[in-house]
Amino acid sequence: MNAISRRDFTAGLGGITVAFTLAPRLAAAQPAAAQQPARLPGSLNDNRMLDAWIRIGSDGNATVCTGKVEIGQGIVTALAQIAAEELDLPLGRIAMISGDTEKAPNEGVTAGSNSIENSGVALRLAGAQVRAILLEVAAKRLGADAAALRIAEGVISAPDGRTLRYGELAAAADLHREATAQVRPKPASAHRIVGKPIARRDIPAKVTGGAAYVQDLRLPGMLHGRIVRPPVYGAKLEGFEDVRPTTVVAGVTVVRDSSLVGMIAEREMHQNRIARPLGSGAKADGFDHARIKAMPGVVAVVRDGSFLGVIAEREEQAIKASLVLADSARWVAGPPLPDEAHIYDHLLALPTEDKVVNEKQTPLADGVKFVEATYRKPYMAHAALGPSCAVAQLRDGKMTVWTHSQGVFPLRGNLAMALKMPAANIHCIHTEGAGCYGHNAADDVALDAALLARAAGGRPVRVQWMRADEFTWEPYGAAMVMKMKAGLSPAGRIADWNYELWSNTHSMRPSEPGGNNLLASWYLAEPQRHSPPRMQPQPAGGGDRNAVPLYDFPRQRIVNHLIKDMPLRVSALRTLGAYANVFAMESFMDELALLANADPVAFRLAHLKNERARAVIEAAAKKAGWKPGELGDGRRGRGIGFAQYKNLATYVAVIADVEVDRASGRVAVPRVYAAVDAGLIINPDGLVNQIEGGIIQSTSWTLMEQVKFDATEIRSRDWDTYPILTMPDVPVVEIELINQPEQRSLGAGEAAQGPVAAAIANAFAAATGKRLRDLPLTPARVKSVLG
Amino acid sequence: MAINIKVNGAMHSVPAEPDTPLLYVLRNDLGLNAAKFGCGIAQCGACTVLVDGKPARSCVTTIETLGQAEVTTLEGLGTTERPHPLQAAFMAEQAAQCGYCIPGFMMTAKALLDHNPQPSEAEVRQGLAGNLCRCGVHNRIVRAVLKAAQRGGRI
Repeated sequence: MNAISRRDFTAGLGGITVAFTLAPRLAAAQPAAAQQPARLPGSLNDNRMLDAWIRIGSDGNATVCTGKVEIGQGIVTALAQIAAEELDLPLGRIAMISGDTEKAPNEGVTAGSNSIENSGVALRLAGAQVRAILLEVAAKRLGADAAALRIAEGVISAPDGRTLRYGELAAAADLHREATAQVRPKPASAHRIVGKPIARRDIPAKVTGGAAYVQDLRLPGMLHGRIVRPPVYGAKLEGFEDVRPTTVVAGVTVVRDSSLVGMIAEREMHQNRIARPLGSGAKADGFDHARIKAMPGVVAVVRDGSFLGVIAEREEQAIKASLVLADSARWVAGPPLPDEAHIYDHLLALPTEDKVVNEKQTPLADGVKFVEATYRKPYMAHAALGPSCAVAQLRDGKMTVWTHSQGVFPLRGNLAMALKMPAANIHCIHTEGAGCYGHNAADDVALDAALLARAAGGRPVRVQWMRADEFTWEPYGAAMVMKMKAGLSPAGRIADWNYELWSNTHSMRPSEPGGNNLLASWYLAEPQRHSPPRMQPQPAGGGDRNAVPLYDFPRQRIVNHLIKDMPLRVSALRTLGAYANVFAMESFMDELALLANADPVAFRLAHLKNERARAVIEAAAKKAGWKPGELGDGRRGRGIGFAQYKNLATYVAVIADVEVDRASGRVAVPRVYAAVDAGLIINPDGLVNQIEGGIIQSTSWTLMEQVKFDATEIRSRDWDTYPILTMPDVPVVEIELINQPEQRSLGAGEAAQGPVAAAIANAFAAATGKRLRDLPLTPARVKSVLG
Repeated sequence: MAINIKVNGAMHSVPAEPDTPLLYVLRNDLGLNAAKFGCGIAQCGACTVLVDGKPARSCVTTIETLGQAEVTTLEGLGTTERPHPLQAAFMAEQAAQCGYCIPGFMMTAKALLDHNPQPSEAEVRQGLAGNLCRCGVHNRIVRAVLKAAQRGGRI
């Protein structure tokens, strides 16, 4: 049924090259170098062999490989849709392999809302080419013109009724060849699977107790490990007090594998490792092994410098033993943490690397009035609902690690560094974990598990962090200071725009060069160093993500101040700097609109030429029933926020309604409206789920979230000390999708968060006439401005 | 040491200390995946199961306190092939992102619907206030529970 719409690509098989639109544009961006292979779109460029992406089995089913991984965003389903569409196979005949250092392409990290754009484009083009190859083989075998053949559901039919199934063609279809990106994929008008709200592949197991997560992995002989982390950053393990007998649980007889003990002792001798075999009776470092030996189920205590962990037969035994160890460990404190009350002053006083990331200079008009404002955003936690987990097994010199890392290849690189093993001997297999929302402890726990696995005599070790570990040791989203200064012309137009931001890096992932970014590696007897923080290049940017306005201003200057010292551990949290930048810029747009006596929606549109940007703002306003000039009543109000994520990905405009309880200072967000343009929509339900989730998570960030600490420790340790939004306070969300069949698909997972923060802050200002510029909008801050 | 507990209608003898939290026994001895470790201190609800029909946080419920009580986990409700109305509704509404919190929500919802088969939306939101979701799937969860109620959330 697609034969007619696919003639153009079959023509390509006859020798006439049909260029896919993405290819030449990207190719043109590359300087012509005779030796260099042509640049291919998306992740095809780094993984150029077709069979790295798609294999067809003798049963005619396809195995589709992707380096992008499921983190609850539905990407594996969306990528399966793309592959099934191009291959003309039913979804049920697509098996997905994702995130495996021995089976899947290296696509770096699943982050930045890039998966649909990079992996999706690769699979779209690879799928089209594989289908063309199958068609070519079939044409030869049937002695028919390829253009006359039809394909449906993995069966190729000739006009005379003869058919060939993919399975019959698989052996002759050579997919071990370079992708060309020259076979045109289906036009959107021919899509039957792309664009449909296909149910996610992972959900049935998740709602019936199927094995869905690395936490659920139970390998034969598996042991359980727990880590005893220092009390604070940089603390050093000095030794042990005697374990207090009162904390030792009465023992039961546990039969220990004596060969295991022997093996550990042997390794210790040979490698000078500090994995202490139980039963040695040794009292190394003041640590009384006889005491811990009395604890049921304990197999080994592993110490390497200030890294300390314990392995036990049962999970609760590992937890108990870790508590006993924690109780007896003596630490030398690290450097004190800065004063939370003055954290922004502290950060601003640190040395910076400064960069003008964007500048537009035209003569300044006369009569311009300048205004300034400073906005602040605190450290925020990923706060995954499930603490990070990994399973590792060292057998025959090969380390296998099951991990929910967002990037199995970068993780493998850092593991190799820390374990001093060749990367080729480490196999990282992605297995889902709880949602991570960026770089949390997923990678760290993989090293923890691997370090313990070295002392487990070949048995697999499962390590899950405890709740307090997750909160106190994860890398946070950086605190930021944003200073705005803009000039308004007498006509009420923005004549000048100056924006400076101060931030730590937003990327300390294992993919960063020049160091090891796995937590435990910094605490080994031979400690390793983290990577030097560096500026992430525009246009995507890091701290300065979305710092360049999409609005058309005659003059603008945007400066990024990268603070290199990191008093708290930081890395990538969903949106990087975009959440804070959009909060500040879109708040300031409303402040300027107020000064210009203009309606916030009209004021934005007056400064905005980008048609797709205008369209989402107009659609959101229409959906919400926005009334120009409508004022709040002191208690209720509404506000708008807009951004195109990274200035490259999905366009989102958000309108939020707030209700302010003036007595308690509590801000409620009963309803949020959003309009979304993500280009060609792959899965509308998946897109809505991502946007709605982003809206709700950002509402929580904006109203409540802030990492607490004092000089001696991180004080956000659990859900009481780091509360998040709960069910009764979650806004009702209404979303309008604007499909763009002729536009490329855009990443959406991080597109809503910035606009939501601004919309809520603007709604608060509309309701009360007071502006809050410090996040989060806590009752204390609300009461302080309302008086 | 072995303790007998009754889970999803069957008796099990488990080789665990009496003070072991039920969660680890469910997951590691009985191979039941649904109840999840989220906090270990009864704050998040990811480990919620039913004990004699009432929601309980299995991370702080020690097995010695169970006695003859009947423990029901999400696995006890239905399967992918024969889902309970709640499971069918969560699938129909695609009420998950990462899904880690979902079994806890479902068991809390099960107890809610058993007690109040036709709850209002506000009652559902209030009834699920003690469970945390980080991905922002809350509204889908509410829709799924209301849908299950329409189809008869009781077993």
